[in-house]
Amino acid sequence: MATATVPPASPAKVNRLGLEMANYKGNKSTLCAGCGHNAISERIIEACYEMGVEPHRVAKLSGIGCSSKSPAYFLRTAYGVNSLHGRMPSIATGAMLANRNLIALGVSGDGDTASIGIGQFVHLMRRNMPLIYIIEDNGVYGLTKGQFSATADIGSKLKTGVVNDLPPIDTCALAIQLGATYVGRSFSGDKRQLSALLKGALAHHGTCMLDVISPCVTFNDHEGSTKSYSYVKDHDEPLADVSFVPTSKISRWITTRAQPWTSPCTTARTSCFANSRNLTIPPIR
Amino acid sequence: MATTHVELKESELPAEQRRVVNDLSIQVATVNGSGSQTANSVLLRAIFQMGIPAAGKNLFPSNIAGLPTWFTIRASKEGYIARRKDSEFLVAMNPESAEEDVFALKPGAACVYDERLNLRRLRDDVVFYPVPFDQLVAPVCPDARLRKLVRNMVYDGVLARLLGIEMEEIQIALRKQFKKKAKAVDLNFNAAQAGYDYATRTFQKQDPYYLERMDATRGKIAIDGNSACALGAMFAGVTVVTWYPITPSSSVCETLIEYMRRYRVDKETGKATFAIVQAEDELAAIGMVMGAGWAGARAMTATSGPGISLMAEFTGFGYYAEIPAVIFDIQRVGPSTGLPTRTAQGDMLKNAVLSHGDTKHIMLIPCSVEECFTFSIEAFDLAEEFQTPVFVMSDLDLGMNSWMADPFSYPEKPMVRGKVLSAEDVRRLGGFARYKDVDGDGIGYRTLPGTPEPLAGYFTRGSGHNEKAIYSERPNDYVNNMDRLVRKFETARAKLPKPVIQENGRREVGIIAYGTSHWAVLEALDQLKKEQDIEASYCRLRAYPFALEVRDFIRRYDRVYVVDQNRDAQMLGLLRLELEAEDIKKLRSVRHYDGLPIDARSITDEIVSQEAQN
Repeated sequence: MATATVPPASPAKVNRLGLEMANYKGNKSTLCAGCGHNAISERIIEACYEMGVEPHRVAKLSGIGCSSKSPAYFLRTAYGVNSLHGRMPSIATGAMLANRNLIALGVSGDGDTASIGIGQFVHLMRRNMPLIYIIEDNGVYGLTKGQFSATADIGSKLKTGVVNDLPPIDTCALAIQLGATYVGRSFSGDKRQLSALLKGALAHHGTCMLDVISPCVTFNDHEGSTKSYSYVKDHDEPLADVSFVPTSKISRWITTRAQPWTSPCTTARTSCFANSRNLTIPPIR
Repeated sequence: MATTHVELKESELPAEQRRVVNDLSIQVATVNGSGSQTANSVLLRAIFQMGIPAAGKNLFPSNIAGLPTWFTIRASKEGYIARRKDSEFLVAMNPESAEEDVFALKPGAACVYDERLNLRRLRDDVVFYPVPFDQLVAPVCPDARLRKLVRNMVYDGVLARLLGIEMEEIQIALRKQFKKKAKAVDLNFNAAQAGYDYATRTFQKQDPYYLERMDATRGKIAIDGNSACALGAMFAGVTVVTWYPITPSSSVCETLIEYMRRYRVDKETGKATFAIVQAEDELAAIGMVMGAGWAGARAMTATSGPGISLMAEFTGFGYYAEIPAVIFDIQRVGPSTGLPTRTAQGDMLKNAVLSHGDTKHIMLIPCSVEECFTFSIEAFDLAEEFQTPVFVMSDLDLGMNSWMADPFSYPEKPMVRGKVLSAEDVRRLGGFARYKDVDGDGIGYRTLPGTPEPLAGYFTRGSGHNEKAIYSERPNDYVNNMDRLVRKFETARAKLPKPVIQENGRREVGIIAYGTSHWAVLEALDQLKKEQDIEASYCRLRAYPFALEVRDFIRRYDRVYVVDQNRDAQMLGLLRLELEAEDIKKLRSVRHYDGLPIDARSITDEIVSQEAQN
């Protein structure tokens, strides 16, 4: 396997570290064919490759659920924890406190975040620690076969015909209100926007919260669902044409990120809306 | 045995001729929030400074102001520092509890009380010393707002006069209490002096109790268990501390914060070399500890029963994913909210197997502040050596009360960081299998996140996994892994602090106890011998899983009494899980679970009564 110190002899395309895209891949996904989460894993692989992220510095952290299985499917050589349901934020916080050089990449789901994990989620947002928090949001519990989650829209219908009568929790609005400094909502099917947001997140120093609508092909991709591929495609309204521009300022940040983080017990909401051009909040419905 | 009880009944001699010296228990009854803490700790310290072994216990309500609180000081020339059931001296300051407190006194006891309470009418077999506290405090404390706080110092002065506590020691103790605040020292001392003078003018000593200088505390320190745990954690090199406030554990982390700010800030950069987070709840606190332990830090949290219940799921995760963590459990009375400010050994059984599925956890059980310190250090070593959560099982009595101790020694052993592979190691080995039992001791090798070597990375999960940390539901993988975890536990069994055993050649009666019961057991052993000619041997447990010596101890005796400060004989239950039927038959139970620290008399009486049934 190629490493940073031994560049590959073949003329394969490599990034600034001399690593190939293959170095960023993970194990074969065991999620359903067509699952939005697989597309998100692909974007993570691309973004890390293109940004020249050192895999060994990445801590992949997740809770429980289909989404939380996905860290096994990207960055095979990185370290990871598939922890407890709704508890990824605390595992991530501890890991970051222990080693300030780690790049924390958290993957959660809508049930994992907005229901069982809402407490840890809101407190993580308050602390604005350097972490990327991706919600792979499909509005249902997949592993337990299709119950509504707390991000399901009012009026959305399950396959069984059950209609959701509770309002959804808007994780983006919560994150902004609580102090996360980089917040976005995207769609697993929007390759360009999601890639740009992920790269921006990798370059951001502070909590990045990306709510990525990621349709569940098995339990929530039918007529009457508001998280199906066709519904999201029909209702997606990009608020801005987002692209990632690696400015010198941001490049500088990437190197400073390797420095020990200085003030563990305080929150530093420095770049809150300075990065607002990266901030996109598509309408929920 | 201390013979005060017997002597008092027998004797009608004048006080001076019935002298009971350096053997009494003082109970101060106040209202919580009335600022009695200074007066009480100064009193305790002054007695301690006179060279008399003394222990103070604070019995307080789960409330901020207005409910009854009691502080007991036991002075014992024999060095007995367990709680005593009854006291010889009552200071009754609380109108709410005064009558009940007086009725609880044994005949011949003395009672100093606030004159207005008019307690003398209640009994004629108790010596009463009425004191006009308000009148005495007014002239020495012109500021009416401070009077409530200073007023309690008056009883320090009265007791000093009646018992023979040196006023100089009161002053020294006040100086220690207030450090550089000379004004506060003077104000409080003047109040004590007013009490002393009043007692000199007014009272003729009618009780037989005296305190006299001796030399049994030289070089000793006084510290509470929670501070000792905090010190130990700092010496152990803890760098990530996460916690959620809960009585009686909060002062572990609060004290640790003070120590770390003082001693663990980089002098050159002025930056903290540690991180302390007050988490949103115990779920998050233990989760952060797990994240930090996984990433290679020495990490800890401190909590009590309700917090432990919330930490259950993560503790099982730590056991199965094999992540080092140190959890201080300062036990209080359950179930549920229970009695949050009272003591118990109520989490022993629960913590041993905390979380769902087959789990087993290492527990260290300190009985003293010295062991709070040394076991804290040891806990971090064991957690990393065995890559698993380790509990330090203290309790409210040990954690929140001030105990006399020898000064702690600087740890001599280097830290044990366990089996951690570096990038070079992994490269040389051509990879590694995280959960493989390479050495036959059940402990796998781990790498730390950030190790710059592609073959070093692995994925940690609480779901089924094989030796290579890959997801697996295969029956063989599961069984192999679970059996290896048992091997690891067995390796730990031999490495934990051994029980402390004292034997005397007789083979009838053995006693097994742990934690703070130790102090009452020591006294009970003497009582049993002197009063009943029962010479019992004693095995003090210091860790779970039990060392084989515990089983062997049980085998040497006909009857073995297991002392538990809980209703359900939890330690006896744990022993039953590991022993054979023949051994189990020997076990008997002595239980104490009223929320107060266990006392020797309760143990002695229970053993005597059960022995009589033989």
